[in-house]
Amino acid sequence: MNPPQENVSLQSEVVVPAKRHGISIHLVPWIFLAPGAMVFGIYVIIPIFQSFWLSLFDWDGLSPTKKFIGLDNYVALFQEEQFWTSLKNNLYWLVLFLLGPVIGLAIAILLNQKIRAMRIVKSLFFFPFVLSGVVVGLVFSWFYEPSHGLLNAVLGIFGLPSISPLSDERLVTPSIIAAALWPQIAYCMILYLTGLTAVDPEQIEAARIDGARGLKMLWHVIIPQLRPATFIAVVVTIIGALRSFDLVQVMTDGGPFGSSSILAYFMFQQSITNFRMGYGAAIAVVLFLIMSVFIAFFLRHMIRNERG
Amino acid sequence: MFPAPIQEASAPKRYAYYAAIVIALIFWLLPLLAVLLTSVRSLEDFNVGNYWGWPKEWKFSNYAEVFQQTPMLRYMLNTVIITLPAVAGAITLATLAGYALAKYRFRGNLLMFCMFVGGNFVPFQILMVPVRNMAVRMGLYDTYWALIFFHLAFQTGFCALFMRNFISTLPDALMESARVEGANEFQIFWSIILPLMRPALSALAVLIFTFIWNDYFWALVMVQSDAVKPVTTGLSALRGEWVASWQLISAGSIIAAVPPVAMFFILQRQFIAGLTLGAVK
Repeated sequence: MNPPQENVSLQSEVVVPAKRHGISIHLVPWIFLAPGAMVFGIYVIIPIFQSFWLSLFDWDGLSPTKKFIGLDNYVALFQEEQFWTSLKNNLYWLVLFLLGPVIGLAIAILLNQKIRAMRIVKSLFFFPFVLSGVVVGLVFSWFYEPSHGLLNAVLGIFGLPSISPLSDERLVTPSIIAAALWPQIAYCMILYLTGLTAVDPEQIEAARIDGARGLKMLWHVIIPQLRPATFIAVVVTIIGALRSFDLVQVMTDGGPFGSSSILAYFMFQQSITNFRMGYGAAIAVVLFLIMSVFIAFFLRHMIRNERG
Repeated sequence: MFPAPIQEASAPKRYAYYAAIVIALIFWLLPLLAVLLTSVRSLEDFNVGNYWGWPKEWKFSNYAEVFQQTPMLRYMLNTVIITLPAVAGAITLATLAGYALAKYRFRGNLLMFCMFVGGNFVPFQILMVPVRNMAVRMGLYDTYWALIFFHLAFQTGFCALFMRNFISTLPDALMESARVEGANEFQIFWSIILPLMRPALSALAVLIFTFIWNDYFWALVMVQSDAVKPVTTGLSALRGEWVASWQLISAGSIIAAVPPVAMFFILQRQFIAGLTLGAVK
């Protein structure tokens, strides 16, 4: 478990090979795999099953005994309004987050030029991606601040009325999503910039000779060739949308009145704040099941790629 | 090249293009520029309502104040203590696993690969209660180790995917000729494969350094005292104390953002190479 120790044992295998020389070739890959598979199993794979199991119990996380209650957590969950609000917001996130690849592609096309200083411009567009969710959340909390924030100052210049994005139930979720899109767009942009460098110049020339230009060229020649980039961009965007937690926690704590909660945050709130670990596990199971649809889709695609 | 090189366009079009880039960039960075400007604003400015005008005084001492009055330095140090061993451990385990997955055909290869990749995508919440309980039972709750172990284990999934894909691109002939010369499997890994992996190792290290540095959720779940709290939860706690002192919140946010941003600008090529693996092909 201890990483330095892992190093030591690896070295001894290499330095004294004679001792290991007799082992069957079939065992070799498993020896290489064992340490990684073990820690991953302990911290990731097994806990998934434990969460399923825990979701059948009433447990506060502290007391030594858990009370088995079957599917009661789920029954209670489906009757709670906050659950449906969170689920609906997850759906919002999922749909609006797909603007990430779209805007990312648009910026990538804008920036795909060989001019001086383009490198630094690309970096400036990209670097929000390396900011932590807490920093992004605080940056946008200040930007959205109703009485003194820059957003309202700018709206004022254009003669538009002030808004309070984070305390208005109708605006709050889109406003948080807009903040979350900031690093997400940057990520998609960089994927597309890399994709664009690999587009076949001969096909572009051929299409130009045939009279394809602008949007027509983009749609019929470029986008089909960007498929690998699009696939990754869409996958990371969907996963990111369902995983998002930081911004909601930092910017609104799910408020006002729970209206910006999402399942990830709802789960955290129930288990950590309200000590309802079994109930929290049930929420996590629902989120996991939604996510597994996309994970399965991704794995299927990956396996197909491997085989052909 | 798509779109057509701007150099071929007419002069007005070219200038319109440059203008478009500058305007887009300003819009893009507007929220961040706001925070930068606020981080050096003085209390007097706020008191007279000068929020967005030219500052009367550039108050760089706001940054010093953050370090003097809060445990910010401690938080940053904690993050380093958590991040470095987790990065080193995850990369070590993943290099070994990635090698097995890339270069050996065995029953269960694809299944193990899918386990790493699929596990890497699960929502954190499905792991939260059991992982937290495990930390509590092992006496690791509210210690560095709770976070180090988790990040190490979880990032091994992503790193294994990355390493496997990289090692697959190394020619099998290298290994074959070493085998003919009598090297055993572990010698091949150590003296043939490993030296060829330097670029991948650095790309991956930069990437997961930022992932772990920026973690918020697990820090929230696993640690609570100032002595071990990393900079993400630390900053968020300070925000509660500072209430509406936006100049301090802004300065604190910038401080927390500097290390990963600096790392990115210095090691840009490695970072992007790591991130875009698989975007082509």
